[in-house]
Amino acid sequence: MFTSDSWQPSASIEALRHRARILQGIRAFFDERGVLEVNTPSLSRAATTDVHLDSYRVETDSGPRYLHTSPELPMKRLLAAGVGDCYQLCAVFRPSEQGRYHNPEFTLLEWYRTAYSIDDLIVETAALIRALLPLAPADNSALPADLPLVSVRYSDAFKARLGLCPLAATEHELQTLLHDNGLWSKEQGILPKDSALDLLFSQAVSRHFPERQLTAVTHYPASQAALAQLTPDDPATAQRSELYWGQVELANGFKELTDADEQRARFEADNRERKAKGLIEQPMDECFLQALKQGGMPDCSGIALGVDRLMMKLLDADQIQAVMAFDASRA
Amino acid sequence: MASFSTNEFKNGLKIMIDGDPYNIVENELVKPGKGQAFNRVKVRNLKTGKVVDKTYKSGEKVEAADVMDTEMDYLYTDGEFWNFMDPNTFEQVGASESAVADSKQWLKEQDSCIVTLWNGEPISVLPPNHVVLEVTQTDPGIRGDTAQGATKPATVETGATVQVPLFVDNGDLLKIDTRTGKYISRAKED
Repeated sequence: MFTSDSWQPSASIEALRHRARILQGIRAFFDERGVLEVNTPSLSRAATTDVHLDSYRVETDSGPRYLHTSPELPMKRLLAAGVGDCYQLCAVFRPSEQGRYHNPEFTLLEWYRTAYSIDDLIVETAALIRALLPLAPADNSALPADLPLVSVRYSDAFKARLGLCPLAATEHELQTLLHDNGLWSKEQGILPKDSALDLLFSQAVSRHFPERQLTAVTHYPASQAALAQLTPDDPATAQRSELYWGQVELANGFKELTDADEQRARFEADNRERKAKGLIEQPMDECFLQALKQGGMPDCSGIALGVDRLMMKLLDADQIQAVMAFDASRA
Repeated sequence: MASFSTNEFKNGLKIMIDGDPYNIVENELVKPGKGQAFNRVKVRNLKTGKVVDKTYKSGEKVEAADVMDTEMDYLYTDGEFWNFMDPNTFEQVGASESAVADSKQWLKEQDSCIVTLWNGEPISVLPPNHVVLEVTQTDPGIRGDTAQGATKPATVETGATVQVPLFVDNGDLLKIDTRTGKYISRAKED
């Protein structure tokens, strides 16, 4: 819906100046560390098979294409081709994600480090954020002078708040927890285990992370591994970590899966789950699977960080719209 | 039956929950980077005014509530129903005591109110923000006493009791804010 002020930016010009300075700061950080900036296509023949991510479909002269939800797969093709450490700053697209912390088009910073463990990469992410603190507006009183990094295992954080081990919990126990926390009623039916964990973790666990602290949540349940390797000595968990600043989820990283067959099996499992849920099955990225098979991906860790949310924290903005030139309602 | 997807959720949207009409007062998308998306909403029960939290899986469909806010003039009460008229169509509706609830103490004949209709039936009534009511009972006024802060109770024509300055007398007309139930000033005769 257009109104008479729809042409106006959703961010102040002052916020846009800070945004530009922070983007420069990000590039300087990686330049200093010898990480190469790359650009990969936004439009692809393949779409993410992730059950909880939709892709915009675009009709072209050469058939359907999909707007990327993250540049992950083409960047991994570059890694398989030998590009080495690399980063990308780009717009990505996730349909129907709109709210205080969401805009369907947003800026993602994604980078890969060869021979890094996921813990190494989380430490580097914290270093990046700290390097950007001096670029924040001087009048942001919410900004801490330093920003300590505290790591906690997913299951420990969950247990400490809710008294239940998320790995061992049954669907029934989770249902009771959801009900006791006023998050889901029995009349609404049974939530599948991973959905129940998502709701409990986001509403009853991460809500309590300390404000002036970076919290790294490590060792996600294997059922939520996505594209991460499982932990060798603890295969019930994955080498997947998420970084929170206060209660805001900023970044998600993996010790990257490099096994082509395992990767194909996970894509196929996604599509089976999509079909069972009545969602469309998505075309898998065959070029990526080929790259894993033929090129071979180096041992590496990768992480994706929501740049607009980082801007919100640095600029002390209440809404994601306040740090982007034009939000979806003005686009 | 009309319905809304959670993607259409926004403040003010009227939806049905467990057979009652609700108004969305807050909507937040909860979407982990990887994982199931939910909408956490705060909704107000339009019959009771109670606000509760509710969670939906994103993409879920929720039945729309056929609820309309209509400007109507208050006519009279027979003790069982409070009667209102649409000044455009002259259609009349009777609101029950539970629908007028606390608003009834501010209802003065001919005042224009917002009547919320659900399937054509009144479920709540909002009086004007400001009403002018006559004092029917208060202790004798102390003329000239305009000292700040000192108050006494006064009953007005609709039966409501408000705290008023000491100089207010029986028969005075008072301007009252119905949202706070507080005295604003004395009002002049029409």
